[in-house]
Amino acid sequence: MGSVNREKGKRDGTMSETANGAVQLVDELLESSLESVDHAEEEAVKAATEMGFDEEELHKIGIAVRESMVNAVVHGNRYNARKKVHFEIRRSDSDLTIRIGDEGDGFERQEVADPLAEENILKFSGRGLLLIEAFMDEYRTEARSPRGTQVTLIKRKPVSETTQA
Amino acid sequence: MSVKISMRQVGDVTVVDAAGRITLGEGAITFRDTIRDLAAKGNQKVLLNLGEISYIDSSGIGELVSGFTTVRNQGGALKLVGLTKRVQDLLQITKLYTVFDVYDDEATAVRSFA
Repeated sequence: MGSVNREKGKRDGTMSETANGAVQLVDELLESSLESVDHAEEEAVKAATEMGFDEEELHKIGIAVRESMVNAVVHGNRYNARKKVHFEIRRSDSDLTIRIGDEGDGFERQEVADPLAEENILKFSGRGLLLIEAFMDEYRTEARSPRGTQVTLIKRKPVSETTQA
Repeated sequence: MSVKISMRQVGDVTVVDAAGRITLGEGAITFRDTIRDLAAKGNQKVLLNLGEISYIDSSGIGELVSGFTTVRNQGGALKLVGLTKRVQDLLQITKLYTVFDVYDDEATAVRSFA
Protein backbone atom coordinates (compact mmCIF):
# COMPACT_ATOMS: atom_id res chain seq x y z
CA MET A 1 0.00 0.00 0.00
CA GLY A 2 1.30 3.47 -0.83
CA SER A 3 1.65 6.44 1.44
CA VAL A 4 -1.49 8.23 2.56
CA ASN A 5 0.39 11.48 3.27
CA ARG A 6 -1.64 12.90 6.10
CA GLU A 7 -1.02 16.60 6.46
CA LYS A 8 -2.56 16.88 9.86
CA GLY A 9 -3.67 14.22 12.23
CA LYS A 10 -4.84 14.23 15.79
CA ARG A 11 -5.41 10.52 16.28
CA ASP A 12 -2.03 9.85 17.80
CA GLY A 13 -1.83 13.17 19.57
CA THR A 14 -4.21 14.90 21.88
CA MET A 15 -7.89 14.56 21.21
CA SER A 16 -9.83 17.82 21.16
CA GLU A 17 -13.25 18.32 22.62
CA THR A 18 -15.75 20.25 20.52
CA ALA A 19 -18.31 22.74 21.82
CA ASN A 20 -21.08 20.15 22.07
CA GLY A 21 -18.98 17.72 24.08
CA ALA A 22 -18.05 15.46 21.18
CA VAL A 23 -14.44 14.37 20.91
CA GLN A 24 -12.59 14.87 17.66
CA LEU A 25 -10.55 11.75 16.99
CA VAL A 26 -9.26 12.46 13.49
CA ASP A 27 -8.78 15.64 11.47
CA GLU A 28 -6.73 15.02 8.35
CA LEU A 29 -6.06 16.19 4.82
CA LEU A 30 -5.69 13.15 2.60
CA GLU A 31 -4.40 12.64 -0.91
CA SER A 32 -6.86 11.82 -3.65
CA SER A 33 -5.90 8.16 -3.83
CA LEU A 34 -7.29 4.70 -3.22
CA GLU A 35 -4.80 4.37 -0.34
CA SER A 36 -6.64 7.23 1.34
CA VAL A 37 -9.91 5.36 0.85
CA ASP A 38 -8.48 2.33 2.68
CA HIS A 39 -6.98 4.54 5.39
CA ALA A 40 -10.24 6.38 6.07
CA GLU A 41 -12.19 3.15 6.25
CA GLU A 42 -9.67 1.70 8.71
CA GLU A 43 -9.78 4.81 10.92
CA ALA A 44 -13.57 4.87 10.97
CA VAL A 45 -13.83 1.18 11.81
CA LYS A 46 -11.21 1.63 14.54
CA ALA A 47 -13.18 4.48 16.09
CA ALA A 48 -16.44 2.53 15.81
CA THR A 49 -14.82 -0.51 17.39
CA GLU A 50 -13.69 1.60 20.35
CA MET A 51 -17.28 2.81 20.72
CA GLY A 52 -18.49 -0.79 20.95
CA PHE A 53 -20.44 -1.17 17.70
CA ASP A 54 -21.03 -4.83 16.80
CA GLU A 55 -19.51 -6.63 13.81
CA GLU A 56 -22.41 -6.02 11.46
CA GLU A 57 -22.51 -2.32 12.26
CA LEU A 58 -18.74 -2.07 11.81
CA HIS A 59 -19.14 -3.59 8.36
CA LYS A 60 -21.87 -1.11 7.45
CA ILE A 61 -19.89 1.87 8.75
CA GLY A 62 -16.83 0.66 6.83
CA ILE A 63 -18.73 0.38 3.56
CA ALA A 64 -20.45 3.76 4.01
CA VAL A 65 -17.13 5.50 4.67
CA ARG A 66 -15.49 3.66 1.79
CA GLU A 67 -18.25 4.66 -0.65
CA SER A 68 -18.12 8.28 0.54
CA MET A 69 -14.35 8.39 0.17
CA VAL A 70 -14.57 6.87 -3.33
CA ASN A 71 -17.08 9.57 -4.25
CA ALA A 72 -14.70 12.25 -2.96
CA VAL A 73 -11.55 10.83 -4.59
CA VAL A 74 -12.99 9.56 -7.87
CA HIS A 75 -16.03 11.72 -8.64
CA GLY A 76 -15.18 14.86 -6.64
CA ASN A 77 -11.43 15.32 -6.92
CA ARG A 78 -11.05 13.01 -9.95
CA TYR A 79 -7.73 11.70 -8.60
CA ASN A 80 -6.28 15.22 -8.96
CA ALA A 81 -3.04 15.26 -6.93
CA ARG A 82 -3.50 18.96 -6.14
CA LYS A 83 -6.89 18.37 -4.56
CA LYS A 84 -7.24 16.97 -1.06
CA VAL A 85 -9.87 15.09 0.87
CA HIS A 86 -10.81 16.58 4.24
CA PHE A 87 -11.48 13.78 6.69
CA GLU A 88 -12.79 14.08 10.24
CA ILE A 89 -14.07 11.65 12.84
CA ARG A 90 -15.87 12.72 16.00
CA ARG A 91 -17.52 10.71 18.70
CA SER A 92 -19.85 11.39 21.54
CA ASP A 93 -21.35 8.86 23.97
CA SER A 94 -23.98 7.92 21.42
CA ASP A 95 -22.91 9.16 17.98
CA LEU A 96 -20.09 8.46 15.58
CA THR A 97 -19.81 11.33 13.10
CA ILE A 98 -17.64 11.22 10.00
CA ARG A 99 -17.15 14.17 7.69
CA ILE A 100 -15.60 13.84 4.26
CA GLY A 101 -15.03 16.87 2.06
CA ASP A 102 -13.71 17.06 -1.49
CA GLU A 103 -12.52 19.97 -3.62
CA GLY A 104 -14.46 19.04 -6.76
CA ASP A 105 -17.21 20.72 -8.73
CA GLY A 106 -20.00 19.62 -6.39
CA PHE A 107 -23.07 17.51 -7.10
CA GLU A 108 -26.80 17.57 -6.57
CA ARG A 109 -28.22 14.51 -4.87
CA GLN A 110 -31.39 14.65 -6.95
CA GLU A 111 -29.38 14.53 -10.16
CA VAL A 112 -27.96 11.11 -9.30
CA ALA A 113 -29.89 8.42 -11.17
CA ASP A 114 -31.99 6.04 -9.09
CA PRO A 115 -30.10 2.71 -9.19
CA LEU A 116 -33.30 0.85 -8.29
CA ALA A 117 -35.19 2.09 -11.36
CA GLU A 118 -35.81 -0.67 -13.87
CA GLU A 119 -33.79 1.07 -16.57
CA ASN A 120 -30.77 1.37 -14.24
CA ILE A 121 -30.82 -1.98 -12.47
CA LEU A 122 -28.15 -3.49 -14.76
CA LYS A 123 -25.86 -0.48 -14.77
CA PHE A 124 -22.34 -1.15 -13.57
CA SER A 125 -22.13 1.85 -11.24
CA GLY A 126 -24.23 4.34 -9.28
CA ARG A 127 -25.06 2.32 -6.14
CA GLY A 128 -22.73 4.01 -3.66
CA LEU A 129 -25.18 6.57 -2.29
CA LEU A 130 -27.85 3.89 -1.98
CA LEU A 131 -25.55 1.85 0.28
CA ILE A 132 -24.48 4.86 2.33
CA GLU A 133 -28.08 5.84 3.00
CA ALA A 134 -29.04 2.26 3.83
CA PHE A 135 -26.16 1.75 6.26
CA MET A 136 -25.96 5.04 8.18
CA ASP A 137 -28.54 6.68 10.45
CA GLU A 138 -27.97 10.07 8.90
CA TYR A 139 -26.38 11.23 5.66
CA ARG A 140 -26.13 14.89 4.67
CA THR A 141 -24.39 16.68 1.83
CA GLU A 142 -23.58 20.35 1.64
CA ALA A 143 -21.46 22.63 -0.50
CA ARG A 144 -17.98 23.38 0.80
CA SER A 145 -16.46 26.83 0.57
CA PRO A 146 -14.84 27.84 -1.72
CA ARG A 147 -15.62 24.68 -3.68
CA GLY A 148 -16.45 21.04 -3.33
CA THR A 149 -18.85 18.91 -1.36
CA GLN A 150 -18.88 17.87 2.26
CA VAL A 151 -20.78 14.81 3.38
CA THR A 152 -21.63 14.03 6.98
CA LEU A 153 -22.27 10.44 8.06
CA ILE A 154 -23.73 9.68 11.48
CA LYS A 155 -24.16 6.30 13.14
CA ARG A 156 -25.94 6.13 16.49
CA LYS A 157 -25.58 3.44 19.08
CA PRO A 158 -28.82 1.85 20.26
CA VAL A 159 -30.11 3.64 23.38
CA SER A 160 -29.71 0.54 25.55
CA GLU A 161 -26.01 0.37 24.64
CA THR A 162 -25.22 4.03 25.20
CA THR A 163 -26.24 3.75 28.83
CA GLN A 164 -23.73 0.93 29.32
CA ALA A 165 -20.83 2.51 27.42
CA MET B 1 -6.31 -8.86 1.05
CA SER B 2 -7.66 -8.45 -2.45
CA VAL B 3 -9.69 -11.06 -4.27
CA LYS B 4 -8.33 -14.57 -4.89
CA ILE B 5 -9.89 -16.53 -7.70
CA SER B 6 -9.62 -20.18 -8.68
CA MET B 7 -11.59 -22.17 -11.24
CA ARG B 8 -12.68 -25.76 -11.67
CA GLN B 9 -14.97 -27.71 -13.95
CA VAL B 10 -18.00 -29.60 -12.68
CA GLY B 11 -19.33 -31.30 -15.80
CA ASP B 12 -19.80 -28.55 -18.34
CA VAL B 13 -20.17 -25.87 -15.65
CA THR B 14 -17.21 -23.64 -14.82
CA VAL B 15 -17.20 -22.95 -11.10
CA VAL B 16 -15.37 -19.78 -10.10
CA ASP B 17 -14.36 -19.77 -6.44
CA ALA B 18 -13.76 -16.22 -5.26
CA ALA B 19 -12.33 -15.31 -1.86
CA GLY B 20 -11.42 -12.04 -0.13
CA ARG B 21 -12.54 -8.57 -1.14
CA ILE B 22 -14.04 -7.29 -4.38
CA THR B 23 -13.59 -3.55 -4.13
CA LEU B 24 -12.66 -0.63 -6.36
CA GLY B 25 -9.15 -1.12 -7.67
CA GLU B 26 -7.23 -4.36 -7.90
CA GLY B 27 -9.97 -6.64 -6.60
CA ALA B 28 -12.58 -5.41 -9.05
CA ILE B 29 -10.15 -5.50 -11.99
CA THR B 30 -9.01 -9.06 -11.25
CA PHE B 31 -12.59 -10.20 -10.99
CA ARG B 32 -13.63 -8.42 -14.22
CA ASP B 33 -10.72 -9.83 -16.20
CA THR B 34 -11.48 -13.36 -15.01
CA ILE B 35 -15.12 -13.28 -16.09
CA ARG B 36 -14.37 -11.58 -19.41
CA ASP B 37 -11.69 -14.14 -20.15
CA LEU B 38 -14.09 -16.99 -19.41
CA ALA B 39 -16.74 -15.50 -21.66
CA ALA B 40 -14.22 -14.86 -24.45
CA LYS B 41 -13.20 -18.51 -24.33
CA GLY B 42 -16.79 -19.56 -24.85
CA ASN B 43 -17.68 -20.67 -21.31
CA GLN B 44 -21.44 -20.35 -21.24
CA LYS B 45 -22.22 -21.93 -17.89
CA VAL B 46 -20.53 -19.99 -15.13
CA LEU B 47 -21.25 -20.56 -11.46
CA LEU B 48 -19.78 -17.95 -9.17
CA ASN B 49 -19.11 -19.22 -5.66
CA LEU B 50 -19.00 -16.22 -3.31
CA GLY B 51 -18.89 -18.24 -0.10
CA GLU B 52 -15.44 -16.92 0.86
CA ILE B 53 -16.05 -13.31 -0.13
CA SER B 54 -15.70 -11.27 3.04
CA TYR B 55 -16.36 -7.83 1.63
CA ILE B 56 -17.81 -6.29 -1.49
CA ASP B 57 -18.44 -2.62 -2.22
CA SER B 58 -20.55 -0.90 -4.88
CA SER B 59 -17.75 -1.31 -7.42
CA GLY B 60 -17.68 -5.02 -6.68
CA ILE B 61 -21.44 -5.17 -7.10
CA GLY B 62 -20.99 -3.40 -10.42
CA GLU B 63 -18.53 -6.10 -11.46
CA LEU B 64 -21.04 -8.82 -10.59
CA VAL B 65 -23.55 -7.09 -12.86
CA SER B 66 -20.91 -6.64 -15.55
CA GLY B 67 -20.03 -10.34 -15.37
CA PHE B 68 -23.69 -11.30 -15.53
CA THR B 69 -24.31 -9.27 -18.69
CA THR B 70 -20.99 -10.25 -20.30
CA VAL B 71 -21.76 -13.97 -20.05
CA ARG B 72 -25.39 -13.45 -21.01
CA ASN B 73 -24.40 -11.46 -24.10
CA GLN B 74 -22.37 -14.49 -25.19
CA GLY B 75 -25.51 -16.60 -24.95
CA GLY B 76 -24.62 -18.08 -21.57
CA ALA B 77 -25.61 -17.69 -17.93
CA LEU B 78 -23.77 -16.61 -14.79
CA LYS B 79 -25.33 -17.77 -11.54
CA LEU B 80 -24.41 -17.29 -7.88
CA VAL B 81 -23.96 -19.74 -5.02
CA GLY B 82 -22.87 -19.61 -1.39
CA LEU B 83 -23.72 -16.01 -0.61
CA THR B 84 -22.83 -14.80 2.85
CA LYS B 85 -25.45 -12.82 4.72
CA ARG B 86 -23.58 -9.62 3.99
CA VAL B 87 -23.60 -10.23 0.25
CA GLN B 88 -27.24 -11.30 0.41
CA ASP B 89 -28.08 -8.04 2.17
CA LEU B 90 -26.25 -6.02 -0.48
CA LEU B 91 -28.14 -7.77 -3.27
CA GLN B 92 -31.42 -7.16 -1.45
CA ILE B 93 -30.71 -3.46 -0.94
CA THR B 94 -29.74 -3.03 -4.60
CA LYS B 95 -32.67 -5.19 -5.80
CA LEU B 96 -30.22 -7.42 -7.65
CA TYR B 97 -31.53 -10.49 -5.85
CA THR B 98 -34.30 -10.49 -8.45
CA VAL B 99 -31.80 -10.30 -11.32
CA PHE B 100 -29.37 -13.07 -10.40
CA ASP B 101 -30.16 -16.76 -10.11
CA VAL B 102 -29.00 -17.47 -6.56
CA TYR B 103 -28.55 -20.94 -5.03
CA ASP B 104 -27.74 -22.14 -1.54
CA ASP B 105 -25.78 -25.24 -2.56
CA GLU B 106 -23.49 -26.05 -5.43
CA ALA B 107 -25.08 -29.32 -6.54
CA THR B 108 -28.46 -27.68 -7.06
CA ALA B 109 -26.85 -24.76 -8.81
CA VAL B 110 -24.90 -27.03 -11.20
CA ARG B 111 -28.05 -29.04 -12.03
CA SER B 112 -29.92 -25.82 -12.83
CA PHE B 113 -27.73 -25.27 -15.90
CA ALA B 114 -28.89 -28.54 -17.52
